[in-house]
Amino acid sequence: MVNLTIDNKKIEAEEGQTILEAARENGIVIPTLCAHESLEPSGSCRLCVVEVKHGKRTRVVTSCLYQVAEGLTVDTKSERVLAARRLVLQLLLARCPESAQLQEMAKEMGVAPEPRFVPDKDKTKCILCRMCVRTCEKIVGVSAIGFSYRGTEKNVCTPFKEDSVSCIGCGACAYVCPTGHIEMETTETGDARKIWGRTFKMKTCKVCGRYFAPEDQLTYISTKTGVPAEDLAVCISCR
Amino acid sequence: MMNKIKSFNELKSVQERFKAGRDPKKPCITICVGTGCLAYGTQKLVDNFREELAKRGLADKIDFRTSGCHGFCERGPMVVISPEKIFYQRVGLADAGEIIDKTILKGEVIDRLLYVDPATGEKVVHEDDVPFYKKQTRLVFGLNSKVDPESLEDYLAIGGYTALGKALTGMKPEEIIQEVIKANLRGRGGGGFPTGWKWDSTRKAKGDPKYIVCNADEGDPGAYMDRSLLEGNPHLILEGMIIGAFAIGSSQGYMYVRNEYPLAVKNITNAIKQAREAGLLGENILGTGFSFDLKINRGGGAFVCGESSALFASLEGRAGEPRAKYVHATDKGLYDKPTNLNNVETWANVPFIIEKGADWYATIGTEGSKGTKIFSLVGKINNTGLVEVPMGTPLREIVFDIGGGIPGGKKFKAIQTGGPSGGCIPEKHLDIKVDFDALTKIGSMMGSGGMIVMDEDNCMVDVAKYFTNFLVSESCGKCVPCREGIRRMRDILVDITEGRGQEGDVDLLEKMATGIIDGALCALGSSAPNPVLSTIRHFRDEYTAHIKDKRCPAGVCKTLILYSIDPKKCTGCTVCSKVCPTGAAKGVRKEAHTIDAAVCTKCGACRESCKFEAIIVR
Repeated sequence: MVNLTIDNKKIEAEEGQTILEAARENGIVIPTLCAHESLEPSGSCRLCVVEVKHGKRTRVVTSCLYQVAEGLTVDTKSERVLAARRLVLQLLLARCPESAQLQEMAKEMGVAPEPRFVPDKDKTKCILCRMCVRTCEKIVGVSAIGFSYRGTEKNVCTPFKEDSVSCIGCGACAYVCPTGHIEMETTETGDARKIWGRTFKMKTCKVCGRYFAPEDQLTYISTKTGVPAEDLAVCISCR
Repeated sequence: MMNKIKSFNELKSVQERFKAGRDPKKPCITICVGTGCLAYGTQKLVDNFREELAKRGLADKIDFRTSGCHGFCERGPMVVISPEKIFYQRVGLADAGEIIDKTILKGEVIDRLLYVDPATGEKVVHEDDVPFYKKQTRLVFGLNSKVDPESLEDYLAIGGYTALGKALTGMKPEEIIQEVIKANLRGRGGGGFPTGWKWDSTRKAKGDPKYIVCNADEGDPGAYMDRSLLEGNPHLILEGMIIGAFAIGSSQGYMYVRNEYPLAVKNITNAIKQAREAGLLGENILGTGFSFDLKINRGGGAFVCGESSALFASLEGRAGEPRAKYVHATDKGLYDKPTNLNNVETWANVPFIIEKGADWYATIGTEGSKGTKIFSLVGKINNTGLVEVPMGTPLREIVFDIGGGIPGGKKFKAIQTGGPSGGCIPEKHLDIKVDFDALTKIGSMMGSGGMIVMDEDNCMVDVAKYFTNFLVSESCGKCVPCREGIRRMRDILVDITEGRGQEGDVDLLEKMATGIIDGALCALGSSAPNPVLSTIRHFRDEYTAHIKDKRCPAGVCKTLILYSIDPKKCTGCTVCSKVCPTGAAKGVRKEAHTIDAAVCTKCGACRESCKFEAIIVR
């Protein structure tokens, strides 16, 4: 265990923990957009920055990556930190003016849009937090989506923007998306779902008869785990 | 093909043999075939020389050497005749025969090919007397003109690989590291981190294997010193790397070089092959039992891949994005193994330190920065080229004595150092002694050594816009402050230069810069606001003129300028009306002309063609 101070609060944390983890365990709120408990930190949204003092040196670090250390003093709300966060949020608000999540977050943090940043016109809600791409690669294990281009042109898409052959239609990407950018449509009857331009046939639960998962997803799980497809054909409620 | 050299003693005798094969009194024609000179068409001149020598039956009697870049790119194609070191510049492609007949055979100097010192108007015969070279200390770069980059024999003949022999047979790895620490060699790629300490950390780090990597992803606009070293003297860099590998305890190295540097790739590939054949690379180097090998990895030309973690990602076959982790590459770098990354020029300094000793090396330079630094001096400067000077050389000396000042008698305005994320230095700081710390102190940085000179015709807001734009297109897009912040800064700069600047824009730019510096993920992002910050710091009045007075003092930003003709100076020669592409400049012969602002596209053609300086831009 190591002893550190976060916002004047003396805290004991496990070695190897990040500042963000230690802070959250102790009820200290640090805003994030790209952090998820099931995913390894990415450090790309930069909202979770905090100011740390170790010895004489003070610097701004990303709390989702920076590990706790004995004697560390952390300030999660210093003027420097708030200024950096304010800028990040203003930049994202200008990029995704339609995102309700961002607007809510801005309201909570008392951040107003910067009038000098002309809002983008293409109305995308993607903030490039990478959660979908990381989930698809690390949790689902299919890497059906990734990034193309770089810098301001960077975007999440399937390879060459073609229908992805490896996508199983599980919808995990849409589930983790914090801004509602990834859209998943389901037919009225529920017999099909559309995501990333591909339509997936849904399977019915052999107990209740309701559509519950794409066939491709069940096949993938069966191949991956060795559990016969037949045994997987029961929805969560009926299991 | 050379036989394997099996010991240090054998290396010494091979060196002696090659050295003895070279008569220092025998005439030698050295011709620069660096990329700059090749662009002038020098290959044709090389062919002509070979042909003319053969025609006269002199092929065996005269040495003919093609060498890497000599640095004085402004004056290429360049030919140096040894032993007298007669220096010919701007040599015509058909001049080969005349040079052989007159200079080689009769000892006559061809007047027309000599360099004229613009300061005195005098012709300079010998290379060493050319002012551009005179004030330089060409420790690392000077060897370029002494070797054919494709010849291991040449490199051995000038004592090449002696430092390697000395290190492998006479020094312990720890001793080598101590020597580099004592020499206080600092990373030449930009960071200026003490090389010896980096080596020490990698050596002590837990993990196996350990890698060493040469960063040859030189990407700053206008900078080409690493390219010229790799092209001109690849064995020097190899030697430095092999010594480093032995000191660190690494058996595998990588060379990450831009694919846009085809000649560098070709020459280093060739050098690696030669070194392997000669037993200087690969298994059991010089019979000492130490083994090390090197692979070349060609980069796709992303600026961000010069950043260490992005470079490793690219080497591993992933997209070149920096990794946000608070661990050092020396502990977890390439493939999460201890990795030592140094830049081309840093590696190139190593053999000198080992061969001549840290005490000798530390006599060159300043207290905090030892040795020399190669700068690429470009922009509004008379002597465009590569310049190597001891650390601590006054900036003024580099610009005016070596660089020959500003063309056309224009006034110096600023010099941008440190590449796109460096800063602009105004005239009042021209007397600083250039080293890592002095440049940082005035808001710029050493970077990899790019120096872009600007004169009174450069608008500093426009300059900031140019560099910021470069950084926008080179941002990898991983983190928000860099991806979104830099482009918003650029948009504001565009507004300012197009007359849409608002009061408070400068404050906003400064505020954004602070946020980006604190918030960005990698060093590229956190240094990206530098061009804006340094121009605001030193040229705030130009920003104010654009924003408040809607005026571009340098007459660059088209929306903010108007072309007119001074009736007192205009002679009515009609030249402007002839060059004007839109018919805006017009008038009656021998009477003062006018410019119709409604039609004028502000292309500047009239201003360039007017002999009476009658065109007013304001």
